[in-house]
Amino acid sequence: MTGGRDMTADTPAARADAAVARVLHDVDHTTGRGVVVDSPPGAGKSTLVVRAAAHLAEGQGPVMVVAQTNEQVDDLVDRLATRHPRLRVGRLLKSGGTLPGRVRRHGNVTGAEKLSDLGTLPPVVVTTAAKWAFVKAPEGTPWGWAIVDEAYQMRSDALLRCAGLFERALFVGDPGQLDPFATVETERWAGLTWDPLRNAVDVTLAHNPRMPTRRLPVSWRLPATAAGLVGRAFYPFTPFTPGTSSADRRVRLPVPALGADPVDRVLDRAAATGWGYLRLPARHSLRVDGEVAAALATAAGRLLARGTITHCDQAPEGRELTPERIAIGVTHNDQADAVRARLSPELAGVTVDTANKLQGREFDVTLVWHPLSGRADASAFHLETGRLCVLLSRHRHACVVVARDGIRSLLDRHPSSQPLHLDVPPKFPDGWRAHQTIMEHLDRPDFLVGA
Amino acid sequence: MSVLTTYARLRAAEAGRAEPLATVRHVHLAARPFVLIPLALAGEACAPLAALVGAERERPELLIVAEPRDRTQRFAFVADLADRVLPHLDSFTRDTEEYTGRRDGAKRILTRCTEAPQILVPNPGGIAFLRLLGRSTRFRGTEGPHAVPPGVPLLGKWLTWFTDRAEFPGSSQLLAMTEALSVHWATGQSGTEDGNLASLIGWIAPPDGHDGHEAARLAEDPALRPPAGPATDPVFDHTLHELLDRYERAGTDPLRAALRHQLEKQLRSQLAPTWDLMWRGVDLLRSLPPGASVAGRWEFDRTLFTDYAAYLAETGLPQARRDHAVGAARRLARLEDATARYELARAYDDPLVMAEHELAGRAFTGVVIATDPSRMVKGPRSALFRPLVTLRTDALPPRLELGDKVKSPTRRDQPARLLAVRALPDGDAEIDLELEGGLARKRKPPAPPGCVPEPGEELCYTVLDTGHSPLAFPDDEATPWTHGGPPTPYTPTEDDADEAWE
Repeated sequence: MTGGRDMTADTPAARADAAVARVLHDVDHTTGRGVVVDSPPGAGKSTLVVRAAAHLAEGQGPVMVVAQTNEQVDDLVDRLATRHPRLRVGRLLKSGGTLPGRVRRHGNVTGAEKLSDLGTLPPVVVTTAAKWAFVKAPEGTPWGWAIVDEAYQMRSDALLRCAGLFERALFVGDPGQLDPFATVETERWAGLTWDPLRNAVDVTLAHNPRMPTRRLPVSWRLPATAAGLVGRAFYPFTPFTPGTSSADRRVRLPVPALGADPVDRVLDRAAATGWGYLRLPARHSLRVDGEVAAALATAAGRLLARGTITHCDQAPEGRELTPERIAIGVTHNDQADAVRARLSPELAGVTVDTANKLQGREFDVTLVWHPLSGRADASAFHLETGRLCVLLSRHRHACVVVARDGIRSLLDRHPSSQPLHLDVPPKFPDGWRAHQTIMEHLDRPDFLVGA
Repeated sequence: MSVLTTYARLRAAEAGRAEPLATVRHVHLAARPFVLIPLALAGEACAPLAALVGAERERPELLIVAEPRDRTQRFAFVADLADRVLPHLDSFTRDTEEYTGRRDGAKRILTRCTEAPQILVPNPGGIAFLRLLGRSTRFRGTEGPHAVPPGVPLLGKWLTWFTDRAEFPGSSQLLAMTEALSVHWATGQSGTEDGNLASLIGWIAPPDGHDGHEAARLAEDPALRPPAGPATDPVFDHTLHELLDRYERAGTDPLRAALRHQLEKQLRSQLAPTWDLMWRGVDLLRSLPPGASVAGRWEFDRTLFTDYAAYLAETGLPQARRDHAVGAARRLARLEDATARYELARAYDDPLVMAEHELAGRAFTGVVIATDPSRMVKGPRSALFRPLVTLRTDALPPRLELGDKVKSPTRRDQPARLLAVRALPDGDAEIDLELEGGLARKRKPPAPPGCVPEPGEELCYTVLDTGHSPLAFPDDEATPWTHGGPPTPYTPTEDDADEAWE
């Protein structure tokens, strides 16, 4: 492909393929430092990383892959080895680490703590950014290419510690998710292009402004009911489309609702429309609000008790929803503890976690503890765009938000008041705006059930 | 805000008196702290107006700038301030002690000062002001146009060093009184209101016949309790404006002297109440016994002070205007490390702080009900000596996972691992721990008495840890292309001090 638009590209699959082909073309022909690929939720980021790794290893020599957590590294190695059974893949382990079963089963994967113990340099070597920081490049030649996965969740200082190993990089990530995290707050470096608190992509682009940015245009995860809202609220300037239509994704609840039970009613709405909003009476609460926790646990229980069936491209005839395909998303760890403590034993497989830990994961149905529920103030942490975006974009079918009443007036009382700094590019959309868009959508009879 | 802090604040509001958040003092208080209360001219980023300074409670010294808009007078004020601060700093460099430490990758006998200076300001605004003052003075030239006395750039470097250190949790070299007090007490007012030193102290130690609510309300009257700086009270600004104008227009020296005297009187009236509050704050903090790790942290502060004093005596280049990429990343790593260490040390030193972690599920307290002091387990090569301890606790710690490494504040050198948790029907839980060290280097039983806890002993264990290995950073010259490549090394030039003067 020569960069011209393929006129047959009007199905989602064709558009997605064309976007990937374009990225690979850029990678082959760039004279600059590399390429950035922005991806909305569930747009085939991992598939792209796997394809690009194999493509680069074949055409341009050894490639290093930088992921953020050991879990992500193992997932990636598993995918790579499954897709390319003849490609030798090296996995650098943390000290004392071993290959998990899903990776060990592949004959083409070698794991070792040191690069020299992997044998002759494998064409693809994968490990975490933290591990790469301690790797010494083999004599004389740093890697020509690195692929940095989840690059928007990588802190600039982590990139600084390993960027000496490669000459060019393909950064892949979702700009709408949570920014990387630091345990200290300081404005000391605000406005510096190399501010260690910024993310890896922003810092690299600030120093290499001509690096092209490409986008993956199709979300395969988000249903048609969610793609529009998530796009409008969190990706207003980079539109994307859902890969499936409303007819492809359906949810049925064979067991009827128990009378006027609010939890059952909100599940009915979510099954019919893709969104549900269970509104508890207004009240200021501590961070752990027992009633919200109980409502979330009950909702998870009712989803199973009512024999939920989901129809989608993966299972057109429908399949029964299992605990493993349900997630409950919260903001704080103690909220997760409170929900887990209320789950009955048959719900043990349900994932209950904070937004930070749910990043990059996918479920059929998600139940969300609204970050602003019961709060007296709207702090920058709770308003953060990325947090809400992660919580509302993990699902393939439906998402139910549980919150205390009063969020809209809370937002009206707390307009964004973040200090502005010279030379710091503003972040769009800001969390306040995104929260308003979401509440405006959910606060309607189609989705709302009052408890 | 944690549940415990919320609870303490509610109790304080109900009782009308601050509630303790700590049982020990977590900051170091020097025997001779240097109190510095700066005031700035409204409307300018860093125009010093006055300061009340001194290391003796009975002898505050007032320094003023009669015409803060005149730069020559501004730097004359800084030179005055340097004459008070620098001899104070210098007085600590004489007495030294020897210690064994690492330098240039080898073990050596080094020296450090037996005491170090400590500067106290009323609030974080005071620290921010000193940072700006340091930045505006450390590059000043002592020769050429607009030359300043040598004390000015030297004070600038010291102020920059102190304010840089103040960012590190656990460092006590430059403290803001409101922050030091808020670590130890919760009041019945909001965090923003706690930024007012007068009302904060009103809550902690209300005057006789008043409660915290009333004391805080009285403290809100700027006529009674002028702001603790660096911003001044707008009503006072009016008086100030008149005096400054008259001073500027005054034609004769005697008239100027008289006006300067009036100005001093007015500024002293603004600063004196805060001076008293600062020393009452010192008394309040002194009333708490120091935490066990405070002396160790202060020792580190002393070492850094010694090293910087030596650096100034040798090279003495001012700190660069901004951090380079590698320097910034290194500093962030050190800040995060200091934060984690301080958090852990506070929890170890203070049961009330540990209680917050217990509430959050990161720690638990239990009574030893059984032990297996001679337990051996299969290791990769040979059998390993791993005594077993079973504790009974009244709540399941939710944030602990099997296999987690835990430590006890009373047995810090004894790492343990969580082996099993059994919920009991009455809501209690039994927890099995495997001891992985602290056995007097014994590789098989018996361990010397005291190494393995005895049944009946009450112990607290936590997953809090600072097991960070030091991070590797490239050298400045190896800054990668993603971060703009190697920076041009900083060489001070005459132009550094260049700025519009009048």
